[in-house]
Amino acid sequence: MTALPATSDAGSARAPAGRVFKLLVLLAIIVGIAWVAVTNLGADQAIEQLVNALTRGAIYALIALGYTMVYGIIELINFAHGDMFMVGAFVSLTFLGQILGLEGAVTNIPLLIVLLVATFAFTMSIMALVGVTIERFAYKPLRTAPRLAPLITAIGVSFILQNLVQLVYGPYQTNSPKIFPDTWVIEVGNASIPVLSIFIISVAVVLMFSLQLFIGRTRLGRAMRSTAADRDAAALMGVNINRTIAITFLIGSALAGAAGVVNGLQYGVARFDDGFQAGLKAFTAAVLGGIGNTLGAALGGFIIGFIEVGATAMGYTRWGPAIVFGVLVIVLVFRPAGLLGQQLGERA
Amino acid sequence: MSVVTDLTPQAAGGGRKRALQKTASKHHSWTIVVGMAIVGTLLAVLAYIPPFTLAQPSNAWIDGFTNAGVFVMLALGLNLVVGIAGLLDLGYAAFFAIGAYTYAYVASPFGNSIIGIPIVESLGSNVGGLVFWPMLLVGALVAATFGILLGAPTLRLRGDYLAIVTLGFGEIVPIVFLNSDAVTNGTNGIGGLLRPALPGMGSFSAINPWPYYVTMLVLVTVIMILCYRLVESRLGRAWEAIREDELAAAATGINTVTTKLLAFALGASTAGIAGVFNASKLVTVSPDQFTFIVSFTVLAMVVLGGMGNFWGVAVGAFTIYTINNVLLKTLNEFFDRVSMPILKDINFIELQFLLYGLALVAMMLLRPEGLFPNSRRQRELHTEMDEPGADELMGGDHELEQEDMR
Amino acid sequence: MSGNVLDNEPILVATQVTRRFGGLVAVNKVDFTIPERSIVSLIGPNGAGKTTFFNVLLGVIDPTDGAVDFLGRRMIARPHRIVYESLIWLMPAVVLGLIAAGGVAAGILSGRLLALVGLGVLMLLIGTLLLSVIRPVWYQKRLARLGIFRSARPNDMVGAGVGRTFQNIRLFKNMTAIENVLVGMHPKLRSNLVSALLNTKGMQHEEAAALDRAQELLALVGLRGKGNEAARNLPYGDQRRLEIARALASDPKLLLLDEPAAGMNPKETMNLVALISRLRNDLGLTILLIEHDMKVVMGISDRITVLDHGDKIAEGTPEEVRRDPKVIEAYLGAPAV
Repeated sequence: MTALPATSDAGSARAPAGRVFKLLVLLAIIVGIAWVAVTNLGADQAIEQLVNALTRGAIYALIALGYTMVYGIIELINFAHGDMFMVGAFVSLTFLGQILGLEGAVTNIPLLIVLLVATFAFTMSIMALVGVTIERFAYKPLRTAPRLAPLITAIGVSFILQNLVQLVYGPYQTNSPKIFPDTWVIEVGNASIPVLSIFIISVAVVLMFSLQLFIGRTRLGRAMRSTAADRDAAALMGVNINRTIAITFLIGSALAGAAGVVNGLQYGVARFDDGFQAGLKAFTAAVLGGIGNTLGAALGGFIIGFIEVGATAMGYTRWGPAIVFGVLVIVLVFRPAGLLGQQLGERA
Repeated sequence: MSVVTDLTPQAAGGGRKRALQKTASKHHSWTIVVGMAIVGTLLAVLAYIPPFTLAQPSNAWIDGFTNAGVFVMLALGLNLVVGIAGLLDLGYAAFFAIGAYTYAYVASPFGNSIIGIPIVESLGSNVGGLVFWPMLLVGALVAATFGILLGAPTLRLRGDYLAIVTLGFGEIVPIVFLNSDAVTNGTNGIGGLLRPALPGMGSFSAINPWPYYVTMLVLVTVIMILCYRLVESRLGRAWEAIREDELAAAATGINTVTTKLLAFALGASTAGIAGVFNASKLVTVSPDQFTFIVSFTVLAMVVLGGMGNFWGVAVGAFTIYTINNVLLKTLNEFFDRVSMPILKDINFIELQFLLYGLALVAMMLLRPEGLFPNSRRQRELHTEMDEPGADELMGGDHELEQEDMR
Repeated sequence: MSGNVLDNEPILVATQVTRRFGGLVAVNKVDFTIPERSIVSLIGPNGAGKTTFFNVLLGVIDPTDGAVDFLGRRMIARPHRIVYESLIWLMPAVVLGLIAAGGVAAGILSGRLLALVGLGVLMLLIGTLLLSVIRPVWYQKRLARLGIFRSARPNDMVGAGVGRTFQNIRLFKNMTAIENVLVGMHPKLRSNLVSALLNTKGMQHEEAAALDRAQELLALVGLRGKGNEAARNLPYGDQRRLEIARALASDPKLLLLDEPAAGMNPKETMNLVALISRLRNDLGLTILLIEHDMKVVMGISDRITVLDHGDKIAEGTPEEVRRDPKVIEAYLGAPAV
């Protein structure tokens, strides 16, 4: 679902100049932030926070992808998607903790690798299944209903997921085995960068890259793009719409599951209501980047990560969520198409 | 809420005069007053007879009914926004909070110290509660103002985006209240609010639930009358037109932005009134009273009760509240006492949101118009879902959609 | 009769209207006037830009260039100087704020009075913001005098006296026929929030009168007695007529009909043509028609304008247009040698 060519009437002659301008603005912002960070925190802290921001951003990006893909294809904001992330976190902690009986760091590298692969595979498969099931039974019947109906259903599903988890695991935090040792660090000057962070960022990048390849190069990816662009035309061309939508949910949920695994490795805890806030922030990321645009979702995820970590680093932790939601409102009001999306102006 | 259900096809000439008179009395304000009076009396009586008296003391019942009434008010207001105008507002609790805090600033020592006007001090706690009555209006206005502020830039967004923005707003407001300790006393909230007072009667008491109960009944009645009047007016028609087809509504001359804004503002003002009332009853306000759970609960009440139908929504709200706060508790105690194997271990209160979720999903799949639907909504929701409309069969013109690019 | 009509003053004047979509020019510098009380038609092969032009006239989309005046007032044009509008609604509040600041500095303004002034600034800000959102007509006229222009939206056009129907019928399907017409009367009715809440006598009278008028309109288009049918349940031909009734409800001076004869059988088409004639002859309306049914177009139009690929290629009476070689070429391809 990479962006369709813009149909705005900004003449094509103006486009390169506009793009250069945007790039310069972006560069200026980045330089500005870096300068503020370094002067306020000192270079090492700044680097550590940078890594921190990228890590958080990676998690949000993975969740945001699911939102943006589903919205792009059926124009539904899947409220329950944030909770898929949460369920994924719990699935992975069950796998590691209950099924495999692990408790702490695993230092044997080959074993660690095997365990990581297994956890990702297990969690992502289960979440994929859950996602497809929810789509089949809760959303598919409402595809032709007025928009309010599936939105409300999605909220209902969200609550069901949260409460099922709460019933099984209780309302308090549950521990998630941090099998990736967080003592492994790389020293850069005075800053220590956890290898775990690098791992998380790499996983996210690899997954996102694979997704872009999949969407851009494979037959199924083409099917997804065409369904998102014009469902009826795609159906006329022989695309199996139901299957395409199901696959979209499959992939989105799997990615959310991966985010859950990664979150568990990083923070070591999970709670039944993690999904709500994380979901809202990830949705902000998707909107910021341009809803329907997977590259935008990734970009947005990282930006939100930066905003959040930045707010915390500057001492505004408690305001963090408010700032992120404020960003959401501002983006939707002034530029609903987001950074990379096409103009979606809705005119009555 | 058709204006013309009384006009029969043979209404021509003389018959029309009769029919029009019938439409004039469509504003069944008196029906509502009588209806609410009956309901109010009935509930009061029920609170004093078994089996109700076995579950909890009568005063607790009356008090519970009053609390349910707050949610009825909220549901009526949200129904205007969601059910009539078709705008999905997921952060309705924010306006509830704004109304409550507005009252707190006027009617508490802490609040007075912030705004610099010593109302509580000068009026004294016995007569001070007189401010409650004008504050109902003030709270409504303040909430409406915020509704307009939120709505003005966002109402041109399509439905799903609007939902998210309202959700964001609903999250931001409690966070702001929570973190601005200097001005709002943060987590502890603002306490010591004045209870309402009537001249000659003094202030409502903490022990006697009746004054609050009657006040609630009056408020609900007034709100319901106003809601019906709105829906049966030119404004109400405009809302329904927008809900059905916004583009066609604009093409018929309706200023969709203003009309939607009005829906938002009126919905917000209702929440404001509920907020003032609730604050005066709980005598404290704190951010945790206004979480997403509250917004969601009210939404569930509107959806389950029957979007668009005010009586249905009121009944739905009342039922859900009572089920939550009484039935589930009673089930817990019952199964504890009876000691049935699995049922005993289930905490029904925890289950409540699971049940909400299931109920919502089931409703949307099976009966999206709610339990007591507005007949037009029922037509709307079932046609769209069961069969394609005539225009889809004719090959809808998508040109217009793509060209809505301004 | 026709000849005289075309000499009337134009009620709508479109000048050099252009609309581009990226690289595609859908409408190219079209000049178009509609004389009062005339019936003019806009025809052209598919993709000629008729609907786009229509949508520009109706305020659904902005033109890339050019302007449309209706009844002597500029309604549609490329927006200009909108940025200044933000200044305008900020200004009063800023000015008051500065005065307040001055008062504080001079020591004459403090405490409660300051709070009140602060509140006043806030209210002023909110008020002007609301104005810019609601855009009442007097506000738009003031702005126009200042050179700040924002193109009319569909509901503004309706308010100015333009009514329309849709190519593929956009009735409020789940409302009854009479309710549809009542909605159409929205711009002309005066009851507002306050009168609704208070259920004033004035509003009740207005509603009763509105009902009467709605019944009349239904009778006018031939739907007498069908007021209580859900619009969805009406047969196709009746739905088209209902749409016309709804458009008439706002008392328009100009009626834009988008393919009103589409999907009709010959008898229905005849009735429709009769209705359109009646609208012009009895009610004095001016009518602009987009239509593919040539019998209708040739039969009823005082003047026909032909578009092809965004350009106006011909304009004249039905006989003139019928014989115009450019028109024939546009529809049938280049003439055989």
